[in-house]
Amino acid sequence: MISDTTKARFAREVAKYPADQAQSAVMACLSIVQQEQGYVSADSEKVIADYLGMAPMAVHEVTTFYNMYNQKPVGKYKLNVCTNLPCQLRDGQKALHHLEHKLGIHMGETTADGLFTLQQSECLGACADSPVMLVNDRKMCSFMSNDKLDQFVDGIRAAEGKA
Amino acid sequence: MSAHNVIDQFVSKGIETCFHGRHINPQIYAGLDGSNWRLKDYEARGGYQALRKVLGKDGSAPNPETGLAGMSQDQVITTVKESALRGRGGAGFPTGLKWSFMPRKFPGQKYLVCNSDEGEPGTCKDRDILQFNPHIVIEGMIIAAYAMGVSVGYNYIHGEIFAAYERFEEALEEARAAGYLGDKILGSEFSFQLHAAHGFGAYICGEETALLESLEGKKGQPRFKPPFPASFGLYGKPTTINNTETFAAVPWIIRNGSQAYLECGKPNNGGTKIYSVSGDVEMPGNYEVPMGTPFAKLLELAGGVRKGRKLKAVIPGGSSSPVLPASIIMECTMDYDSISKAGSMLGSGAVIVMDDSRCMVKALQRLSYFYAHESCGQCTPCREGTGWLSKVVDRIEGGQGRPSDMDLLDNVAENIMGRTICALGDAAAMPVRAMIKHFRHEFVHHVEHKTCMVAADVSKV
Repeated sequence: MISDTTKARFAREVAKYPADQAQSAVMACLSIVQQEQGYVSADSEKVIADYLGMAPMAVHEVTTFYNMYNQKPVGKYKLNVCTNLPCQLRDGQKALHHLEHKLGIHMGETTADGLFTLQQSECLGACADSPVMLVNDRKMCSFMSNDKLDQFVDGIRAAEGKA
Repeated sequence: MSAHNVIDQFVSKGIETCFHGRHINPQIYAGLDGSNWRLKDYEARGGYQALRKVLGKDGSAPNPETGLAGMSQDQVITTVKESALRGRGGAGFPTGLKWSFMPRKFPGQKYLVCNSDEGEPGTCKDRDILQFNPHIVIEGMIIAAYAMGVSVGYNYIHGEIFAAYERFEEALEEARAAGYLGDKILGSEFSFQLHAAHGFGAYICGEETALLESLEGKKGQPRFKPPFPASFGLYGKPTTINNTETFAAVPWIIRNGSQAYLECGKPNNGGTKIYSVSGDVEMPGNYEVPMGTPFAKLLELAGGVRKGRKLKAVIPGGSSSPVLPASIIMECTMDYDSISKAGSMLGSGAVIVMDDSRCMVKALQRLSYFYAHESCGQCTPCREGTGWLSKVVDRIEGGQGRPSDMDLLDNVAENIMGRTICALGDAAAMPVRAMIKHFRHEFVHHVEHKTCMVAADVSKV
């Protein structure tokens, strides 16, 4: 099932493409579902496939090809820290390790309270801002020194009543 | 404080990377402050005047000989050709020449695509253009569409810079409302629809044919060329693809003329170029300077090598370009020809600076991991070869290297190059070969002593 609001967002994306090319909107539809539900389930893929007139497998191929689609549920805040070379030279790796320590998890894992998922990522395209951390696919946090990372985690925990 | 506000306080404002006032004769970043990205601000900076000039809507008198106002399609393409604007995405292909490949008399639908899938490690210039001056890209695309007779365009934006995608969508709405986009632009006979699309985490989609596949709603696996996009592009129709910065250069060229643009740079390398300087410098950021600016000057603008250390090596054009030792890069000027003569590539203009405390084996280890991770898996030499490269560099870094490993790396790299559908294979192989060529002694030290040579050296400094 998809809500009318979601359908309206899908329709806006489909309208960008020629009438017989609705499939072009699959990337956007998947990211909309992920924003609303936290991840892309097999059911969501089926709904999108029906909406766009694609085979469910063709949608699944897209979900699994692109790094940012979550194929299973993640924490409420998904944190992606870039460790590619330009970031490695400016403490990207250190930022990732600091978060592992602060959150008590390894990269790729989710905290027990379900609040944070931590992932290493490839180039986020913000190399001069390193260390950089992408939050929930859409917000790029820049110059994330250990102090700022602490402020970030503590701030989110407080806002979520889990301080 | 709400969670939303907690996150927002860490979002970059562009002050360090774009509004630092250390550009030289900027054309694209000129006059930006982060708050003036809207249409009315862009118009106040002379924005959309180039489009008016092209469409004959700038109030100037019609050409007395032809009786026509504005510029013809040929005039626009000739102007861009004469400016010596070269593609800013990495290949440096002459833009005007690319535009002339489009079959203008083709009766069916044609497409214009902007490649904003900025994922080449080290590169972050297009993000600042899209966020802080989005209309300059829109205007450049409209002019390009006019010159090639295209009625529909897409800007495909790197999924990781989602804020730039959202900003660009807002700018599109403004341009539509003002009559710069849509049917019969500014009352002329020319119509152009432009939309934004986004990626979602795949380096390979920066390759133009992979990008087209992605725009068609598929996994981003590159297509075999030929046919080139100019004959078989998006949905199988003639398509021209240019980088964000390339389109952003166009309005200035139309307003000021090809000669002025050419003179701003150096022969065969017109205009300004935005360099993303990252790594071991005091002030990493984007620097827009004329083509042909000495590397030493660029380094100085970025505050010099961090903590006063010695420069060791520079990757001059994004992670795929061959590394150059300090002695070579310090003699180079920053333009396509000079960097190419020195044995590397200007690429996307992403300058990754490394000081004398850096281990080249470790640097290569991270890059090789990246290419293995991002290979799309379509071609065997790349899919298997990038994995081999990564594993062999891993074992050298981990003290398990064998004396024959350097030759093995060179051999694997050689067997990838030129044997794949797209350039990702070459992009993975080139850094390996250059690292071994210029810094072989560091790899040998790792194999022989099972430790890093640099740590020992640096402790003496």
